[in-house]
Amino acid sequence: MEKVFHLQTPLSPEDIEPLRSGDRVMISGILYAARDAAHRRLLELIEAGKDLPIPIEGQMIYYVGPSPAPPGRVIGAAGPTTSYRMDPYTPKLLELGLKGMIGKGKRSKEVKDAIVKRGAIYMAAIGGAGALMARAVKEARVVAYEDLGPEAIRELKVENLPAIVVNDAVGNDLYLEGRKKYQTG
Amino acid sequence: MRQISTQTIIDAVKDSAIKANFELGEDVVRAFEDALKYEESAAGKDILGQLIENARIAREERIPMCQDTGLAIVFVELGQEVSIVDGDFKAALEEGIRQGYREGFLRKSVCHPFTRKNTGDNTPIIVHLDLVPGEKLKIWVVPKGGGSENMSQLFMLSPSAGWPGVKDNVVRTVLEAGPNPCPPTIVGVGIGGNFEQSALLAKKALLRTLGTPNPDPELDEMEGKLLKEINKTGIGPQGLGGRVTSLAVHVLMMPCHIASLPLAVNIQCHASRHLEIVL
Repeated sequence: MEKVFHLQTPLSPEDIEPLRSGDRVMISGILYAARDAAHRRLLELIEAGKDLPIPIEGQMIYYVGPSPAPPGRVIGAAGPTTSYRMDPYTPKLLELGLKGMIGKGKRSKEVKDAIVKRGAIYMAAIGGAGALMARAVKEARVVAYEDLGPEAIRELKVENLPAIVVNDAVGNDLYLEGRKKYQTG
Repeated sequence: MRQISTQTIIDAVKDSAIKANFELGEDVVRAFEDALKYEESAAGKDILGQLIENARIAREERIPMCQDTGLAIVFVELGQEVSIVDGDFKAALEEGIRQGYREGFLRKSVCHPFTRKNTGDNTPIIVHLDLVPGEKLKIWVVPKGGGSENMSQLFMLSPSAGWPGVKDNVVRTVLEAGPNPCPPTIVGVGIGGNFEQSALLAKKALLRTLGTPNPDPELDEMEGKLLKEINKTGIGPQGLGGRVTSLAVHVLMMPCHIASLPLAVNIQCHASRHLEIVL
């Protein structure tokens, strides 16, 4: 647990360069909410050589499928979903310039390698704290794939969304390092 | 015969689906508070504090504690002296879930396995029905998140594997899951029965109130040993390293075939939601 960084999206290489695994981050700006089914559709478009419904370069994707907004709120609960399911699609998005991902849980070797190769960053938000995380979301609107319901792509305007760096651009992995300190027997 | 109307069942299931998602059980909050006492990692303590805060926000602001409001599992103990009137019993359970997920603004998280098309109303549900003596109807509404369910495993062990084999595979399941199922988790273990029964035992084990001992002293001792081994892994809250990987291990066991030693490990995230209704 080192410094606290304030990040504003979209991210530049200079934003990412100083970040190290274990650093706390507060994120503000636009995040794109996308999870399993949306990733599948994005990759189908990429493979077909078609335009994507959202910008990718310099952007951050938040792996989240929020619960519906009750009257008077911009969003329901909005915590991260488990990231490994997006692993098959992630290296391609990083190749197209995606700079950051927020989720929870381990990434594959391919994704970790691609994060280093492309100078990107993977962060974890607190899984299961959806009511708390929703407080950082100030605006939300569906920008693609409305038919997917909770899996539609949403543009989220966030202020100080808290996360912690897991995989940094120099190859550190907080899940491996954090566990070592407390492993016994 | 005591009569219970399907409308009573629909209303009760609807209210429970909403309440279960807004109000984390006091036993779970207490377990977070206890865990704060023995967690050594600063990040781990921070997370436990935020989980307590998250539960408070959800309860007070009437929003789900977690956006994954689950696939709805319904356990039923139907007294054989009860007659369900005014319609189809299983359809009433499903209608209760449908209404609860709509009116409570809960996420609809059920889809076709291949097309991934959302069914739109969080049905179908999964029902486990037991016929029991008496004239009561007990229903447990259990919204179960996908992230922790995905990390669950089933093993058809050889009888020679014995207790060491059970222990190793339970710990290995937790270790392989690592940060993915939102630790600190609760680990449901089903030993014996057969292929499907062991899984059902593991899931049923999760319904026990946290902090209560297993009524079987032999199993209670097993739970203590398994929890100790699991918390040696160092995975910690959210997998960032720490002493509290799991809050509890709950074991249910029954006899099995002379050729078998079935073992199921059902992982439950910290958003452990289950409500019991007695009608």
